[in-house]
Amino acid sequence: MTIDWTSFTPLPALLGGILIGAAAASLLLLNGRILGVSGIVGGLLSPRDGDTSWRLWFIAGLLVPPLLLKLSGTGDGPAFPGSLWVIALAGLLVGFGSRMGSGCTSGHGICGMARLSTRSIVATLCFMLTGFLTVYLVRHVL
Amino acid sequence: MKIISKNISVFLIACLFSLGLCISGMIAPRKVLAFLDLFGAWDPSLIFTMGGGLLVAAIAYFATRKRGASLLGDPMQVPSNTVIDARLIGGSLLFGAGWGLSGVCPGPAIVNLGLLSGPPALFVAAMLVGMAGYELFNRLGASRTTATVDA
Repeated sequence: MTIDWTSFTPLPALLGGILIGAAAASLLLLNGRILGVSGIVGGLLSPRDGDTSWRLWFIAGLLVPPLLLKLSGTGDGPAFPGSLWVIALAGLLVGFGSRMGSGCTSGHGICGMARLSTRSIVATLCFMLTGFLTVYLVRHVL
Repeated sequence: MKIISKNISVFLIACLFSLGLCISGMIAPRKVLAFLDLFGAWDPSLIFTMGGGLLVAAIAYFATRKRGASLLGDPMQVPSNTVIDARLIGGSLLFGAGWGLSGVCPGPAIVNLGLLSGPPALFVAAMLVGMAGYELFNRLGASRTTATVDA
C-alpha cells in the first residue's frame, strides 16, 4: 500500500463529512426521517399517498449547490470514468443493489452505522468489500 | 402551513447535504475510486468524511432516540428491522460492485445531475431502471410466495 499524499485533502473531506452528518442529524430531528438517498429516491417508484412531495423537495435541494457551481462557472463536472456501457452497468447495479440491500452509503454508511445498527454495519462492510475488490480487479488485474 | 414548513426543511437540509458532498470530494468519481484503490496510489481522504459524518450523526441519534415525534411533529421513523438476510448482504454486495465500477453512489449521482452533463444523466437513468427493476423483482417474488401459500 502506498499513500498518494499529493491528492490527500483531509480538511475539506472532514468539513464535508461534518456537513453531511449535520444534514442527517437535522432530517432526523426536524422531520423524523433517516437521510438515505436510495430510499428517498426509490420510494418515488412505489408511491403512497402524501409520501411523494417531500422526496421531490429533497431531490430539488440536492440540485441547488451544483447548479450554483455551474452558474458561477467553477463546476465543470467531474469526469465519469469508463465507457457509456460501464456507466450504465454501474448505474443499474447501484440502483438494484441499494434497493435490495435497503440502503446505500448515506442510509447504511452514515445514518445506520451512527446508530450502531448491526444490519447497517454488515451492509457497509459488504459494499466496501465489493467496492475495494471491483477497483482492484479493474485497475490491477484486468 | 405545516406541510410547507416540513418541505422547506427537507429542501434546505438537502442543500446542506449536497454542499457536504461537493466539499468533501464525494461527488468526484476519481476521488472515490482513489479511496477504494487500496493496492494502488491510495487516497485515504474520504475516511475523514465518513468519520466526521458518523460522529455528528451519532450524537444526533443518541440525543433524539427517546423522542416520540420530530420537532415539526412527524413521528420518528427509524428502521426497527434487525434481521441479517440474503437480501441485505446480496444487495449490498451488488451495490458495492457498481460503486467500485463507477465511483458514484446515489447521492453524488443526483448532485452530479446539477452540473448538467451527459454521463451523470445516463448513470441516474440506469440507477432508476435498476431501482424499478428491484420493485418488479420484489413484486414477482411476493406474488410467487402468495401463490405457493394459496396452493
